[in-house]
Amino acid sequence: MANEAAVPGLAGSAQPKGRWAALFPALLKFGRYTLMRGIALLITVCIGVYISIWIANMGGYVDNIRIAGITEGVALSFRGNPLYQDMAPSERQRLMQVEIERQIRRQGLDQPFLGRSFGYLFDALSLNLGRAEVMSSDTGSKNVRTILLERLPVTLVLFGTANLLTFFLGVFVALFLSRRYGSIADRASVALAPLSAAPPWFYGIFLILIFASVLGILPYGGMIDAPVPETGLGRALSMMKHMILPLVAWLIATLPIGVYTRRTFFLVYSSEDYVELAKAKGLKSNTIERRYILRPTLPTIVTQFAFTLIFAWQGAIITETVFSWPGLGRLLFQAIGTFETPVIIGSVVIFAYLLAISVFLLDIIYALIDPRVKLGAEGAQ
Amino acid sequence: MKKLFKRLISTLKFYPTISASSAIILALVGISLYAVISIPYGRATELWRGAEEIWSDTPRFAAPGWTNVFRSEKLPETFTIYSSEENSVTTVKETSTEVITEYTFDYQYNTFPQELNLFFDAQYDKRQPYAAVTWIRPDGEEVAMYKGALRPSQRYPISQDSNLNKDTPAIPPHITLLAVSDTIGVGDVEPEVLKGEYTLRVRILTFEDGSSVSSRFTLYGDVFGLAGTDHRRRDLTIAILWGTPIALLFGLCATIGTSILTFIIAAVGTWYGGWLDAAIQRITEVNLMLPFLPILIMVGTFYSRSIWVMLAVIIALGIFTAAIKGYRAMFLQVKSAPYIEAARAYGASNMRIVFRYMIPRILPVLVPTFVTGIPAFVFLEASLSVLGLGDPVLPTWGKVLSEAYAGGALYRGYYYWVLEPAIMLMITGLAFSMLGFALDRIFNPRLRGI
Repeated sequence: MANEAAVPGLAGSAQPKGRWAALFPALLKFGRYTLMRGIALLITVCIGVYISIWIANMGGYVDNIRIAGITEGVALSFRGNPLYQDMAPSERQRLMQVEIERQIRRQGLDQPFLGRSFGYLFDALSLNLGRAEVMSSDTGSKNVRTILLERLPVTLVLFGTANLLTFFLGVFVALFLSRRYGSIADRASVALAPLSAAPPWFYGIFLILIFASVLGILPYGGMIDAPVPETGLGRALSMMKHMILPLVAWLIATLPIGVYTRRTFFLVYSSEDYVELAKAKGLKSNTIERRYILRPTLPTIVTQFAFTLIFAWQGAIITETVFSWPGLGRLLFQAIGTFETPVIIGSVVIFAYLLAISVFLLDIIYALIDPRVKLGAEGAQ
Repeated sequence: MKKLFKRLISTLKFYPTISASSAIILALVGISLYAVISIPYGRATELWRGAEEIWSDTPRFAAPGWTNVFRSEKLPETFTIYSSEENSVTTVKETSTEVITEYTFDYQYNTFPQELNLFFDAQYDKRQPYAAVTWIRPDGEEVAMYKGALRPSQRYPISQDSNLNKDTPAIPPHITLLAVSDTIGVGDVEPEVLKGEYTLRVRILTFEDGSSVSSRFTLYGDVFGLAGTDHRRRDLTIAILWGTPIALLFGLCATIGTSILTFIIAAVGTWYGGWLDAAIQRITEVNLMLPFLPILIMVGTFYSRSIWVMLAVIIALGIFTAAIKGYRAMFLQVKSAPYIEAARAYGASNMRIVFRYMIPRILPVLVPTFVTGIPAFVFLEASLSVLGLGDPVLPTWGKVLSEAYAGGALYRGYYYWVLEPAIMLMITGLAFSMLGFALDRIFNPRLRGI
């Protein structure tokens, strides 16, 4: 089409050399932007984790973890050392006590907290999370980092699917409804929006009641059938069967509000003058949707996605607990039940990191799609 | 005023959801008032903490009484019969006074009761009263039960009396006593209820002047009261009633705390600008990075599970949220409006401009957000309870739900236990949410047509 040649990007492509020259400063700008965002986020994570450490340590809990670690380490080394085997128990106990106190002094646990808090911050940020008191990973390790990282993929499988599903379904249903403004489906979506007042776990309980207790066609919870299926396909199917209820619960709780806000949003944007003009020009409705409605709303939608992700990491705790999904959230729940402080604090650190990474990635995507930060936009103009 | 009222009515006609949700909210407020007045706070927590003595007359896991209406096979009702002059005959003898109390009841259910209990309350100076208890079945068979002296307060757990089921130790007495004899202990035959009129005869001898014994007989069925009971025999009515004011208060306080403070801080920050605005922006960014629920969990685990401490933490963490950025954008537009300039020209103070000119301008936007925010906090309280971080003394819906879930209500079929708090939560959540969405359409004219 003739008028499309006037689009700056296409005009630039006619002279590849000039385009690359124009692109370079933009790339530089983008790199600088990414770096700045990364640094800013790292600083926020530092502050966030630091505040969390203060909250956790007000009751002296972080100290307790460290002292427990020292005690265990010293006890282990004494037990394993044949030198101490023949010693009288009381004498061995005394030596152990001396060693423990020496270690505590060596690690500065008798010092005021303010100075040490930065050490903790460094430990936490480098994921040196200490050892669990009671819990252990499925492989038998008591290393908190191992315990946590083991659960991470399990959480991702369920909530990654759930969030992607909510997001894309939300966008497409909203687009569909904004095209059929005023129809029965549209009005139903408005009426259903208040459903999102309740969290996913709440619908989860209802769904378990109906489909597991009364009808007995879907499992109460868990991730896989009790005798694990032999074949890979069987395992995948069994896992999918276990994911149905949590996914549906998640969709009931998050989809209505997502559809409602996006639909309103699209409607506002589709009443803009340039959309009317595009319609008057006789452009195909697909093209209008993609280029004139979706494009300018994209940054906002992505921001919404960022916040969905951020809340997903947190909301997962209770949903996982209700569905006995063996992910990070349920681990945290179990840790609370057994007062497993190292795991609780470790989870907080992991959560902070996950949030930061989600925000960071989305910031980059945002930069790529936001016309104001767009690559080459300046160079071409 | 009258005109305003008329306009309000005509507006409401266009938004039936507003009338409906307001009616529900008013009803909830009514329930709250009733709960607080009929069961004072102290009494409510005492009942909810209740030891066995408080709830000795209620069964465990009993469904609400009205569910029998919908059942083809009725479940046994719970009842207690007290000794009184009507069911007692007193005979004065030479050295003693004999009182014979007969508890008569008609048992027409197909299932057996959960438990049978006889309670004595004896008053005496030195010589203990004596009691002999006999169970008379509809077929005329008499079973001798307890015989012996009575302590001041004594419970005779009929269901745990091993003398009554010596032949069939696997079948508890409350079944053998009420079953057709041929169906007890015969191979695989299921015990069958012998329907008809039963009598529990309690013969009491007192040996002193002024010594007396009162007693009561309780049959623990499978249904009880309006809301049923939980695993600790507590009447769920208390939690359902008292949960209402707590939920409303919690939701309201948290929403007022967060949304209004957020609003004011955004306004002040935008007006003054400079380092204050920058500081607010940075604090918001850090706060967004703080994991909300894990921090609440830490506070609940390490310090206090009191609902008020939780509320304070929720408000503290809820002030600097993403909403502050949205409000800031709106206030920035307002800040450059001509009427603000006019106010400045006549010499209005900073605070006056913020509170009298800027905030009222954006307030309509806040109202729907405010109303829609309430259910989130009502459910947050429930979420915390489900995590085991509910207030230790208060009866809340979330705690009932969490106890029901932990008690395996879903696996064992005690659906009422889950559904009652869940439906109350749902009604509250939906009412506020619906009201909020409707208000949103009124206050944001941009959405009116949509």
